[in-house]
Amino acid sequence: MHPEVEETIRLLQQAEDREGLDPFGFRPEMVGRVLPFTQWLYRHWFRVDVSGMEHIPAGRVLLIANHSGQLPYDGAMIATAMLLELRPPRMTRTMVEKWVATLPWISTFFARCGQAIGTPANARRLLKQGEAILVFPEGSRGISKPFEERYQLQEFGLGFMRLALETGTPIIPVGLVGAEEQLPSLMNIEFLARLLKTPAVPLTPTLIIPLPVKYRIYFGEPMYFEGDFDDEDRIVREKVDRVTGAIEALLQRGLRERSGIFR
Amino acid sequence: MAIRKKRQETIVVTGISSRTGRMLARAFHQEFQFIGIDARGARHMPKDVTVHAIDIRRKKAEDIFRRNAIDAVVHLNPEAEFSGSQTEHRNLTVLGTQRILDFCQRYHVPKVVLLSSGNIYGPAPWNNQFLTEESALMAGQRFPTMRNLVEVDMYAQSFFWRHPEIDTVILRPCNVVGRLKNHASLYLMLHNTPTLMGFDPMIQVMSPEDLIHAIRLALKPGVRGVFNLAGASPAPLSEIIRRLGHRNWPVPEPMARMAIAMASGVGMTRVPTAELDYLKYVCMVDDSRAREELRYQPLTTLDQTLTPLRG
Repeated sequence: MHPEVEETIRLLQQAEDREGLDPFGFRPEMVGRVLPFTQWLYRHWFRVDVSGMEHIPAGRVLLIANHSGQLPYDGAMIATAMLLELRPPRMTRTMVEKWVATLPWISTFFARCGQAIGTPANARRLLKQGEAILVFPEGSRGISKPFEERYQLQEFGLGFMRLALETGTPIIPVGLVGAEEQLPSLMNIEFLARLLKTPAVPLTPTLIIPLPVKYRIYFGEPMYFEGDFDDEDRIVREKVDRVTGAIEALLQRGLRERSGIFR
Repeated sequence: MAIRKKRQETIVVTGISSRTGRMLARAFHQEFQFIGIDARGARHMPKDVTVHAIDIRRKKAEDIFRRNAIDAVVHLNPEAEFSGSQTEHRNLTVLGTQRILDFCQRYHVPKVVLLSSGNIYGPAPWNNQFLTEESALMAGQRFPTMRNLVEVDMYAQSFFWRHPEIDTVILRPCNVVGRLKNHASLYLMLHNTPTLMGFDPMIQVMSPEDLIHAIRLALKPGVRGVFNLAGASPAPLSEIIRRLGHRNWPVPEPMARMAIAMASGVGMTRVPTAELDYLKYVCMVDDSRAREELRYQPLTTLDQTLTPLRG
């Protein structure tokens, strides 16, 4: 095992003294099995550049990120950054689509890695445990969008903002540049998507192996919101738009800073 | 002034000959005066417990209410210890509950504790990890035997609202396992436990002792409402099988469905294929209300709960 991975796992065990079984089915020992692979992807395949991690507060926090790239390598890389770059390392609990629960093996694997079905009650419970929660408010609209719409943020759901208002949780906007080009979708095979009951089945040149694009992850400054979580959509939407704006700014910065999709 | 011994409260227990009923009678027969009703008659019962071997739907059952001053009724629904037709199951559960609640109202019984089930929420991919008492009871949509239990629960709920003068308590425990004949216990007692390949949902189990303990807490004056009950700690199904020392035997879902359909075709099993979803998706209860209002706390650990299932 890579010394960096070993060190991280040791520090994680020290920092998170979890007693008994996690109610969502997370197995801390899964980190030991998955991290060697994601660490390799992180360091050598995507050569991730990360900035702004100092903004992440201790205790419960909502990481709100843009979603892209057909397969959720973006989520895996954000979680890996939280483990490799933060000291002490932190586990990320990602909120996933409901249909993930219907997939054999994948549903179990995701749960063991600490992910949970993205319902408000689940998120509330995890926040109460003081966890860092990763949410992609674009959902499948974001990850499955065609290549020509890259870096165009899709409509954000409002759920994460209501949650932040209700629980008084700080929001960290996260902009991730690079994933859009990892698996360019030539077309969406709609009949297959219907057959498999998935949101989309993209036709990509390399199937599931991502291109070795360079990832840039920007963690923005924490945003604090106040107000009634049960307010009209219109009012909550205004607050969500401020988060969208912050992520948009991080994406623009990333696009300016890069000199090509592989560099 | 002479100190008079406080009158023992009289409690009617339906389905007293079930394992749970017997355990309840044994645990508290010195504290309460139990009157049991069970068509199966009395078996291994403490001497001071009277048992009437009659069907609750019979006219004679009413006499018990007419002749005694009843302080409470504990209605233990025959969840799965049952080997009859669909119609009979329906009659026994739904009509039986209606009769009992009817008696309670007519003879001014101040308290009813009804045993429902946490499984009536139904497993689904979109379920919250922990379902509160307000969650919709979805199990009836696809599981015919569950439909009766949902109906019983709903009927009891409407009774709760219609009769504010009666303290109605509905208990919805998660899978109660032990030397019991319900589906969950029989399933976990299998040495080669079939599971669905690729699925490993979180499962809650609790011991019958904890259920008895919760029923005792529900009998306290003033307690009313719906309460979920859970055991010590939820665990992945595979972990429970591992701790039991049994062999996990993953079967591809289509094959499992076919096997069950064939087995039920020749009368080998009564498990409906739809119930496989309980091995696929979560259906766990949030018991925080019981912990706060009933002061309920599971006393058996996960391993202690599983001990009687080993073998």
